[in-house]
Amino acid sequence: MASDTITEGAARGRLWDRFSISTKRVIWAWTFLALPILFYAGIRFYPTLQAFWLSMTDWDLLRPANFIGLANYQKMFADPVFWKVFQNTFLYLLIGTPVSLIVSFLIAYYLDRVRFMHGLIRALYFLPFLTTAAAMGWVWRWFYQPLPIGVINSILSSIGLEQQPFLRSTTQALPTILVPAIWAGLGFQIIIFMAGLRAIPSTFYEAARIDGLGDWAILRKITIPLLKPTTVFIVVFSSIGFLRIFDQVYNMTTNDPGGPLNATKPLVLMIYQTAFSSYQMGYAAAQTVVLFTILLCVSLLQLWVLREKK
Amino acid sequence: MSSVTAPTGELAANRLNIRPGRIIAWTLLFIGGLIMVSPLLFMFSTSLKTAGQVYDLRLIPAAPTLDNYIKVLSDGRFMRWFLNSTFIALAVTVSNVFFDSLVGYTLAKFEFKGRYFIFLAILSTLMIPTEMLVIPWYLMSSQLGWLDSYWGIMFPGMMTAFGTFLMKQFFEGVPNDFLEAARVDGLNEFTIWWKIAMPMVVPAISALAIFTFLGNWTAFFWPLIVTTSKELYTLPVGLSSFAVEQSIQWEMIMTGAALATIPTLLVFLALQRYIVRGVMLAGLKG
Repeated sequence: MASDTITEGAARGRLWDRFSISTKRVIWAWTFLALPILFYAGIRFYPTLQAFWLSMTDWDLLRPANFIGLANYQKMFADPVFWKVFQNTFLYLLIGTPVSLIVSFLIAYYLDRVRFMHGLIRALYFLPFLTTAAAMGWVWRWFYQPLPIGVINSILSSIGLEQQPFLRSTTQALPTILVPAIWAGLGFQIIIFMAGLRAIPSTFYEAARIDGLGDWAILRKITIPLLKPTTVFIVVFSSIGFLRIFDQVYNMTTNDPGGPLNATKPLVLMIYQTAFSSYQMGYAAAQTVVLFTILLCVSLLQLWVLREKK
Repeated sequence: MSSVTAPTGELAANRLNIRPGRIIAWTLLFIGGLIMVSPLLFMFSTSLKTAGQVYDLRLIPAAPTLDNYIKVLSDGRFMRWFLNSTFIALAVTVSNVFFDSLVGYTLAKFEFKGRYFIFLAILSTLMIPTEMLVIPWYLMSSQLGWLDSYWGIMFPGMMTAFGTFLMKQFFEGVPNDFLEAARVDGLNEFTIWWKIAMPMVVPAISALAIFTFLGNWTAFFWPLIVTTSKELYTLPVGLSSFAVEQSIQWEMIMTGAALATIPTLLVFLALQRYIVRGVMLAGLKG
């Protein structure tokens, strides 16, 4: 093994030649990792610690930050707007995740059996995933306009139903904004579900048919249990997406961001406004810590669910 | 990836009997698919109408015109935002393909003390939401003069833990024999990675590239924060400001939205196979 340095070594420095092959490989490894380590330390880890620290200061961009302990958190937990936003954020999650999970599973389940024009239909469902949320927010906003502009209200009135206020109503606005968010993510979830369905070995199905199980029994006893890892992935992925909703809300409510009366405001929009409209950086940092905590809980929950029954 | 094999449920009942249930299911799926793309159809349709025709909700405009496109494109702003987005998304994608692969390869194929620690440290950054980092990034950018610059928009995404993890998974499947043979031939480690290992994980690279490009092309939150001058807006941020400006001129807003959507649709038509496969790869390995 030592002889392979003869040709290579001639071109290299003397010091390099003295290292053993394994030492050389270790040096290569750290050379490859040098820049990435700097990147992750400087642009991920340090800012994370800084966010925790800023959350305990009164930094407002103008004056240097002063340590004020947990005052930002006290202010936040005493702020009714924060609790409204907190509730909205969870409403996005609690409506968005189950609805998109069930709809995407149903579509994937049936689409998997379709062969006539399979590619075209799949493309129709997948296409919205590739759109820009900011642009689609405006398209949907137009859809929801009152008569005579809005598409949906025109359809409602043409079939004799009452016109709906949608984005102008404090009760309807939040689900209204959820629709484009669910719509955009559906294609992704369908593809993942179809990949999961195809990963189930066909021998399971054949055995079940020999045992005389019907479609429904096969779905309940084989398909759904075996899809568990896929389902957990989709639940976590979409939960995190709904908890971080911003683009749609921002673009669909630009005249009164998060309105009407904070009825649609999610945590990320509150963070954005606190930091970049009112420049209360310290207070905004405290809100990001709350978001971080919520997302961490979701991720830990995923690990726990996957570990429980293996 | 068995994207061409027959759907599993069909294997047993693979006869030519067309049951009515099948036809109903197919029809419902097809109608659902049309509903899914209807916002895009209405968007394109309205972008071809004049202001007076917007209230007419027929999908095929009575007198289609490209006037809106000419108006929107004439002042050059959209072109500029389009080029900004393209440049930024491309640069970030190249960086991710290079660094995520290099780090993934190093973590998969090198033995050294601290390897597991580095891997866990990088993986743990997946737990940190971008929203938590934007305030420190903003502070950092203002101190280093990165606000309102291309670099300012790009720097947070130059490497990602997701990409590194994906590439590591794939490099673990590359047989060591190939790498050893190259070492015996006297190739250095960098050349072995670039010339031998990289060509063996092309599907993963294309998945990573497509995801990174799309993610950065449609990114809104950080570009909105870090840019202030209109010349540096990315397409989503530019479109948003344009739409606010247009107020209730929906045909103009739809034209802008269409201009922001057309590039990704073209990319999709060209790369559909790779994109769908990429989503599947990411879903199964990620």
